[in-house]
Amino acid sequence: MSRETARILALHGGLLVLLFTAQFVLPAYHHGNLARIMVLASYAIGYNILFGYTGLLSLGHALFFAAGMYGMGLGIQHGGWSPAPALLAGIVAGAVVAGALALLALRTTGVAFMIVTLMFAQAGYLTILYFGEYTRGDEGFVLQTAQRMLWGIDLSDPTNRYFAAFILFALCLCLSLWLVRAPFGRVLVAIRENEDRVQMLGYDTHAHKLGAMVISGTISAAAGATYGLLFGYVGASFGGVQFSIFPLLWVLLGGAGTVLGPFIGALFMFYLIDLSSGLTTAYMLIAGVVLVALTLFAPQGLVGELRRRFWTGLP
Amino acid sequence: MSALLSTRSLTKRFDGLLAVSEVDFDLMAGDVHALIGPNGAGKTTLVGMICGRIAPTAGSVTFDGRDITALPAHKRIGLGMAYTFQITSVFAGLLVRENVALAARGRLGPGEQVGPAVRAALDKVGLADRAKEVAGNLSYGHQRLLEIAMGLAQSPRLLILDEPTQGLSEGEIARFTTLIEGLRGQTTVLLIEHNMRVVWDVADRVTVLNFGEVLAEGTPEEIHENRAVQAAYLGAG
Repeated sequence: MSRETARILALHGGLLVLLFTAQFVLPAYHHGNLARIMVLASYAIGYNILFGYTGLLSLGHALFFAAGMYGMGLGIQHGGWSPAPALLAGIVAGAVVAGALALLALRTTGVAFMIVTLMFAQAGYLTILYFGEYTRGDEGFVLQTAQRMLWGIDLSDPTNRYFAAFILFALCLCLSLWLVRAPFGRVLVAIRENEDRVQMLGYDTHAHKLGAMVISGTISAAAGATYGLLFGYVGASFGGVQFSIFPLLWVLLGGAGTVLGPFIGALFMFYLIDLSSGLTTAYMLIAGVVLVALTLFAPQGLVGELRRRFWTGLP
Repeated sequence: MSALLSTRSLTKRFDGLLAVSEVDFDLMAGDVHALIGPNGAGKTTLVGMICGRIAPTAGSVTFDGRDITALPAHKRIGLGMAYTFQITSVFAGLLVRENVALAARGRLGPGEQVGPAVRAALDKVGLADRAKEVAGNLSYGHQRLLEIAMGLAQSPRLLILDEPTQGLSEGEIARFTTLIEGLRGQTTVLLIEHNMRVVWDVADRVTVLNFGEVLAEGTPEEIHENRAVQAAYLGAG
């Protein structure tokens, strides 16, 4: 193992150790927040695979998040499933939806790709509303504590919930770190830099982009399914356009194309709104000003800026 | 010697413009073959059709006895072609080493053979000591050499170089010429080149393209004596 690899493992492993131990010291309020942030950061990690590493800007990731959430939630609510198969159903639903959308959307590039993904996500959102009889539409439905017992573990209990969120986040983080350092991930980065050239090096760029989109959508769906299960609510708002924009924001703030960026971005954004709304009702103004300042002074995001200044090899 | 690559009646029409017109072209295995011609003669279009970047309007391309006209570019690379771009298009944000490794993995697949292939390719072009730099920080000339190293790392059977010496210094051109000499016998080389000194130095055969058609073909000496070629280049008649 090279020294660089050791440093990378130390940094990313260090964050996981920190998050694991944090649950024993954090007050209840922040403990709950961090569980939520870890699930949302997992969503952002999925988004980052496609946007940050492959260079494809999707405006429709809420479709995958919602596919995971509803794949899980409908199975429990109407199928009477236990959480484990329901989670799996959510993840599979996300993978299938991502694969189908990839086949269609990857025929386009650039702005057209953004619009196609946005439109399909909107169609997905409207589909949820249309089948209101089962999905309860905007209102959504609540998963009862009894429905959220995973192998006898009560996921509505804060400690268990934190631990479940931590496991999801750790898995997504490790997968993402491994992927971007593997040959497949390096080809994705090269596609982001110059797709034409990659093809002339003998790679099937279309197949690589397809793979990236399925992986990205599957991780997003895993986050969506877990979110519904841990917080006990499944609703159409998670399929709305703002839930497609959030991961883009988090990734941009944290640093697109960095493994830690999605988490840092989600954490930063969550507490920015949380803290500023404690100060004033015009909290969006504060949030807006901070975001503008960040884009001005750290256009590559927080971790991206760190990489630019101190650590060129940071994945 | 047999033809490694052949085109028959290869034609490309861009709307009204006939860029390449019924070109029959044979590239003998082991040759260093130069493709020359005035600006706009259709050299890059012809080579683009050969390596699959541009779909032909009509005609066929045969590589190693196999019709590859309908094959997508990445599969042609898999058969042993390598193409270096006219406009430098290295991965500017990635390390020099990673640029070459991508090229090597594209042909060899991931594995232990990649490391040595990368080192060998960088050694040949003289960039071994720059391996850990970001490619975008290299000078223009060095980026051209990196581009060539990426071609070499693919250990191709046919190496297509699109104006490789453009923007290189005298010393770098001399190094390039030596490099091509060193490849003789291992790899077939198709060279689009504007620098006639380089052409006379390294080419076994020369094809002259003008207005999308083959104007002349022969050894460098024959081409040098050819009046039609002189007319095309100098406008004398």
